[in-house]
Amino acid sequence: MNNLFDVHYALQILPALLRASAYTIAITLIGFAIALVLGLGFAILRRSPIKPVARTVGFVVEFIRSTPLLIQVYVLFYVLPTYGVTMSALTAGTVGIAVHYACYTSEVYRAGLNGVPRGQWEAACALSLSPWRTYAGVVLPQAIRPVVPALGNYLVAMFKDTPVLSAITVVELMQQAKNIGSETFRFLEPITLAGLFFLVISIASAQLVRRVELRLRLP
Amino acid sequence: MRELLPLLLQGTLVTIEIAVCATLVAIAMAFAATAARLSTWTPLRWLGNVYVEVFRGTSLLVQLFWFFFVLPLPPFRIELTPFTVAIVGLGLHYGAYGSEIVRGALRSVPGGQYEAALALNMAPLTRLYRIILPQAMINALPPATNLMIELLKGTSLVSLITLSDLAFRARQLDEATFKTAEIFSLTLVIYFVLAQLLAAVMRHFERRVSHGVLAHTRAVTHKAAP
Repeated sequence: MNNLFDVHYALQILPALLRASAYTIAITLIGFAIALVLGLGFAILRRSPIKPVARTVGFVVEFIRSTPLLIQVYVLFYVLPTYGVTMSALTAGTVGIAVHYACYTSEVYRAGLNGVPRGQWEAACALSLSPWRTYAGVVLPQAIRPVVPALGNYLVAMFKDTPVLSAITVVELMQQAKNIGSETFRFLEPITLAGLFFLVISIASAQLVRRVELRLRLP
Repeated sequence: MRELLPLLLQGTLVTIEIAVCATLVAIAMAFAATAARLSTWTPLRWLGNVYVEVFRGTSLLVQLFWFFFVLPLPPFRIELTPFTVAIVGLGLHYGAYGSEIVRGALRSVPGGQYEAALALNMAPLTRLYRIILPQAMINALPPATNLMIELLKGTSLVSLITLSDLAFRARQLDEATFKTAEIFSLTLVIYFVLAQLLAAVMRHFERRVSHGVLAHTRAVTHKAAP
């Protein structure tokens, strides 16, 4: 038996790994969509004129950002059921990773909002635009465009963090690779293939982010 | 609550131990990789680039599992203790990210500084230690602080390769006592406190390395602002 990388065996397990990687990609995309919206909400609430609201949201974001995702998904998966909120592992995992990254994206949005010149806010105020129109029509288009590449980087980071969800029994790519490994006692091929998969996707998305960055660069 | 805390603190000690050792490995790797990438010898430059791309491009957990499950098996037969796997895995992973920080910081030092040191006929090492690094440190420390907090959070993953760190203790206690809410809240708070302590220590260092320089830059940026 070939002791090094067994290509035949690798091809044999490839379909199972690809099926699992569909979960990885789906979790990432759905989670990121939630993170984009929620993060924007956090960023705007942090600028709220009501000080307690701004401060609470600021603390929550800081807290979630400085504690591990692993423990947060444990909380969602093991603690919430004791309060009557039961989620499947997949839902808990997606929600957990989405909220975790929402806190990161909220910092990105915050940087973007801080970058909008003061005069823009004052002009919107002088035109007596409602808060909604100030944000939707004036501030956000200017705030979001420069931070799109940074948001893209977090998409890649989130994608690479999905294996953490294997700890709460979500069968994504990493978990599947480990399962295959423990069935056949050959870990080299499945785990290496999982690693290659992550490498290919993240290098490809890094290229994509770079291209988007060039496209969006303000004159 | 009272009986939970000592057990969790035992795990916290393991977490701190791993974080400190892994940070040292990561710093060494960051500098080594940056040196390799700036080398004039092409194969070494390639090696540095491949290292950074591979370790930044794959998940930390995949890397830990690779070291933990793949290395002891036939083609390699390298048996590492979980503790070694944790330190090496975390160190290599965050070292690759650190290399990007070091590179960016070195690049942020104005070219004139380098040329002036050259004109004063300084030896290459003196140039690096006396002129380039002190200035690069100012720009490297804030992102390095963030990376160290990421590393601290990353240590929670070593619980999945059977090390009894804080996250592992939390899971273990949860299975034994079913005081789920208290245990995990306490664990979150401990991680939060550790991260805040780390940030406070690093802020102290930031103040020290930028002593005298920051006041100047601040004055300049203040003037530049419209």
